[in-house]
Amino acid sequence: MTTETTSTAERTAKLEGLGCKRKRVEDARFTQGKGNYVDDMKLPGMLFGDFVRSPYGHARITSIDKAAALALPGVVAVLTAEDLKPLALHYMPTLAGDVQAVLADEKVLFQGQEVAFVIAENRYVAADAVELVEVDYEELPALTDASKAMDEDAPVLREDLAGKTEGAHGPRRHHNHIFTWEVGQAEETEQALAGAEVVAKELITYQRVHPCPLETCGCVASMDKINGKLTVWGTFQAPHAVRTVASLISKIPEHNIRIVSPDIGGGFGNKVGVYAGYICAIVASIVTGVPVKWIEDRIENLQATAFARDYHMTGELAATKEGRITALRCHVLADHGAFDACADPSKYPAGFMSICTGSYDIPFAHLTVDGVYTNKAPGGVAYRCSFRVTEAAYMIERMIDILAQKLGRDPADVRRLNLIKKEQFPYQSALGWEYDSGDYHRAFDKALDAVDYAGLRAEQQRNREAFARGETRTLMGIGLTFFTEIVGAGPVKNCDILGLGMFDSCEIRVHPTGSAVARLGTISQGQGHATTYAQILASEIGLPASAITVEEGDTDTAPYGLGTYGSRSTPVAGAAAAMAGRKIRAKAQMIAAHLLEVHDDDVEFDVDSFRVKGAPERVKTMQEIAFAAYNNVPPNMEPGLEAVSYYDPPNMTYPFGAYVCVADVDVDTGVTEIRRFYALDDCGTRINPMIIEGQVHGGLTEALAIAMGQLIHYDDQGNVQGASLLDFFLPTAVETPNWETDFTETPSPHHPIGAKGVGESPNVGGVPAISNAVIDAFAHLGLSHSQMPHDAWRVWQAAQSLGLGD
Amino acid sequence: MEKTHVTMTVNGKAVEALVEPRTLLIHFLREELGLTGPHIGCDTTHCGACTVDLAGKSVKACTLFAVQAQGKALTTIEGLAAPDGTLHALQAAFREHHGLQCGFCTPGMITRAFRLLQENPDPSEAEIRMGISGNLCRCTGYQNIVKAIRVAAEELRAPKEAAE
Amino acid sequence: MIPGSFAYHQPDSLEEALSLLSRFGDEARVLAGGHSLIPMMKLRLAAPEQLVDLQGVEGLSGITEADGALEIGAMTSQAELVGSETAARLCPLLRETALVIADPQVRYCGTIGGNVANGDPGNDMPAVMQCLGADYVLRSAEGERSLPARDFYEAAYFTALAEGEILTKIRVPIPPAGHGHAYEKQKRKVGDYATAAAAVVLTMVAGRCESASIALTNVADTPLHAEAASAALVGTAVDQAAIDSAVSAAEAITAPASDGRGSADYRTKVAGVMVRRAIQRALARAG
Repeated sequence: MTTETTSTAERTAKLEGLGCKRKRVEDARFTQGKGNYVDDMKLPGMLFGDFVRSPYGHARITSIDKAAALALPGVVAVLTAEDLKPLALHYMPTLAGDVQAVLADEKVLFQGQEVAFVIAENRYVAADAVELVEVDYEELPALTDASKAMDEDAPVLREDLAGKTEGAHGPRRHHNHIFTWEVGQAEETEQALAGAEVVAKELITYQRVHPCPLETCGCVASMDKINGKLTVWGTFQAPHAVRTVASLISKIPEHNIRIVSPDIGGGFGNKVGVYAGYICAIVASIVTGVPVKWIEDRIENLQATAFARDYHMTGELAATKEGRITALRCHVLADHGAFDACADPSKYPAGFMSICTGSYDIPFAHLTVDGVYTNKAPGGVAYRCSFRVTEAAYMIERMIDILAQKLGRDPADVRRLNLIKKEQFPYQSALGWEYDSGDYHRAFDKALDAVDYAGLRAEQQRNREAFARGETRTLMGIGLTFFTEIVGAGPVKNCDILGLGMFDSCEIRVHPTGSAVARLGTISQGQGHATTYAQILASEIGLPASAITVEEGDTDTAPYGLGTYGSRSTPVAGAAAAMAGRKIRAKAQMIAAHLLEVHDDDVEFDVDSFRVKGAPERVKTMQEIAFAAYNNVPPNMEPGLEAVSYYDPPNMTYPFGAYVCVADVDVDTGVTEIRRFYALDDCGTRINPMIIEGQVHGGLTEALAIAMGQLIHYDDQGNVQGASLLDFFLPTAVETPNWETDFTETPSPHHPIGAKGVGESPNVGGVPAISNAVIDAFAHLGLSHSQMPHDAWRVWQAAQSLGLGD
Repeated sequence: MEKTHVTMTVNGKAVEALVEPRTLLIHFLREELGLTGPHIGCDTTHCGACTVDLAGKSVKACTLFAVQAQGKALTTIEGLAAPDGTLHALQAAFREHHGLQCGFCTPGMITRAFRLLQENPDPSEAEIRMGISGNLCRCTGYQNIVKAIRVAAEELRAPKEAAE
Repeated sequence: MIPGSFAYHQPDSLEEALSLLSRFGDEARVLAGGHSLIPMMKLRLAAPEQLVDLQGVEGLSGITEADGALEIGAMTSQAELVGSETAARLCPLLRETALVIADPQVRYCGTIGGNVANGDPGNDMPAVMQCLGADYVLRSAEGERSLPARDFYEAAYFTALAEGEILTKIRVPIPPAGHGHAYEKQKRKVGDYATAAAAVVLTMVAGRCESASIALTNVADTPLHAEAASAALVGTAVDQAAIDSAVSAAEAITAPASDGRGSADYRTKVAGVMVRRAIQRALARAG
């Protein structure tokens, strides 16, 4: 009835579906302090667990004396590796096919490693007891320089792997070697390099950093001995995977394990892995029969759970003297720390590093990656990026600038000359990927026009002349990137983690009164899934987004999924939502036809209803159809209106973007100001522009943090330097500039709604843009590369190396 | 260790408890009083997630003992909305302008902004950025937070009649 | 991060506080704003058994003008200092410095007494007090004494403050009207200690520098009063050559640690740059 008097536009707006700036449904609780994070939980009788950690980077444990700790009132138990051995829980499998000590077994391999787990009445007593556990160590030489890991006389780190010449990813050729991974055309690449008119070569290090979400990792484990059911609430970016792993490790049947991710205070990759704290809390709850909470503090977080990057990449580009790239070769020395706990799809031990040909049409490429052990914390997670994509983008975007410098050409020209052309899509890359869609030249031109690139270069020229005359001590740098991401892992045929295919899922139940609940296999950590999935569904099923509840993160209710990381939620679970929505719509169409007494094909979907073709006044709204689903369905049709979709994506998605950064560098202090940053993103179909913009702002700020200051450094003895927020660089509002955002929209041809994912693009593209700007400030003086982070000290060193001191 | 008796007014209500002197204010609020809005993010006085308003000052509750708040009035994020549930202008503006994502910094950020606007009802962008520089956010890049605070400031300055 | 156990005392008077200190000796620590001590206790790098909270002690805060000096109570917070019209008018260097200490929340709690008395070479106020020629008033059960800030610091966390003594106030001589001042601090981000910082106060008469005082923050294990650098300006027009020699003299006395902020070399160079910029800014402000 109302539909006849209400315009299509009004009805569409009322749905708050795809493309609108819908306000977030999550915010009501978060703005009022009613979020539900894991440390907010308080269960009756709950105990608290805390770790005794290694002060050494590499040492043999000669004795552990728990007596004094156990004597402290309020201490319930102290667990060590010896206690876990009978349960075969002193080691746990990692996501990368290695094993990791849950509690140190005879040796410690990194500073901060878990040695004993104290369980006490509360966190205060636990902290006191940690001080009372006496551990004697015999210090061993620490290995912290990855380039020396495979020296003949390098210390043996992993004694537990003695004699193991085969790892999860092939042969191991040294006691500290984990794997070698090779992709591409070795011979053709070698020939191209040998015969090239110009070759650019550089060692490009992407330093060890840490995702450092504002909430640290933690959990509450509760074993109900009467029902035999284990429930674990925790900071899990992939709750179902945790359930499966927990079942495999603990031998508790999977149906008796419930994993719940409550609200998560940011993840950025830090909360993908399975940590010793989770296992110890579970064991402690099984042993004590009461719930046990474990929450790491910030120093523990930075020292022990999941670092990112630590890639040492040697890039070589072959090109013609006009600047046409003919081949790329890249070798990576990958520092994985003491255990290989990278979170990559199993067949990709270096993640998607093979996207390193970037946005460019490069005929031949060859990539080799050597993973090695060192006395550092394990991890190697995708910190706001899809598996090693940010490393790949950094390498190629730096190499393009280095090549341009060598050619004496503007880096924008070299990019434009080599960008993949619109008509080449779908594009087959030399390293085996099929890029789904793109219009790179349009995006690049739009970006350069927006910032008046020619004007910026002219200003830079004037600045350089003034600098040469001694009129200023500030140099202006302009950094460009044109990045291509690969996200949405991924097709089950080549993407799995521990054998679990990387599909994702959505289950929808439409209630009789025309509202619905949708459950998905992903989990939001701030991305606003409850808002955006409802928008996708609103457009698909014609019910208002406000009438659709989205639930995630409880393995007892949500369908199996692989979680949220690598920008996979929109490409995979978002697609599952659309597909499940389409199943609902298909059934609704049959019900509508039945109600309207016409053939199924004679009705068509119209925003929020079905109409009879050619007789638009004959209409059934989705609300009416939903009610009918429960009392008046066609003969032989089951009642109800529910659907499930498990979506196995046919391909990855390939978001891209063009970024421009303008920086001013004070050569006397090295202090660098980001004067301007323009980000054009193409993430395909835009579900919620407000949320996209917020994701870009946040990702760029993380890029700023990484490029300008973040570093987890180890000294020669294996001591972690700077693992607190005093030193570890998280920019405040004062250091963070205003970001300019822009977009083009090139839908993915294979995604049901054309969306590609956006959360990680700004980090992937932002880091090289900032780095290129800083280095570009000195490019005319001959600087080709300088390692990150570009903090004041290191930038000053670069200036000194060019003779710019006073 | 002997416990100490503390009394204070939290979100307008008188509370009292026996606490160990070493009990940090943040743990007292979260674990004794169940006010889990303020969070612990860094433990070292840098992130501001634990910010509460104590006797008219923004303070980081992870770096105060509960006994130091003896006899004082304290407001947490839970106490900012009106008794009838109407959101404070800051709470509404944060939602309206997408000033939050994961929500973990939000209670501390809003509580800090609350005091900032008490002291400076019409702050410039630079003053807002300085004013919230003791609060870290990992998600938003601050841009929308700054916008939300500016809008809330306007809202709070506007005479009530004008809003009607 | 959880501190160890302690007994807590909240005396109402200075006498009571001093008697607690003399009763407990080295078991006791004074708690002012707590923003240096409590983090150390949470890291268990400090474990006092008796904590004497001064917040209830009458008469320890406030900023007043008396006998050509500003008297600043030790419990005056950085925020109060920032907000003090008296301080801003008579000695604006104090406000400029307070504004670059830590962040707003910390400035509400952190006290000027705590900042100058705990001996952390990263703190900003000690060098500023040396620059200004301030005196610290120290009270113990035995009586009161006054000590120049320039003689107070012995090594990192070691000062002339005796056991049982409490810093009660700071007496800052009011710089002459028309003086120029500046505090230049380079830091990695808000909330960080200085990579290097410099405080400068100078007076100009008829184009000549009549007096100058320069002090440095966080480039040695104590704050540094740069006497030779100060002297290099006096009597000059504060021209390029004079500034160059002041900078060289300041650089010559630094002995910074190498840390995450930079190598010792770098931090010395930054100290020089901070001195140069502070002199230039102070000069521009001198009337």
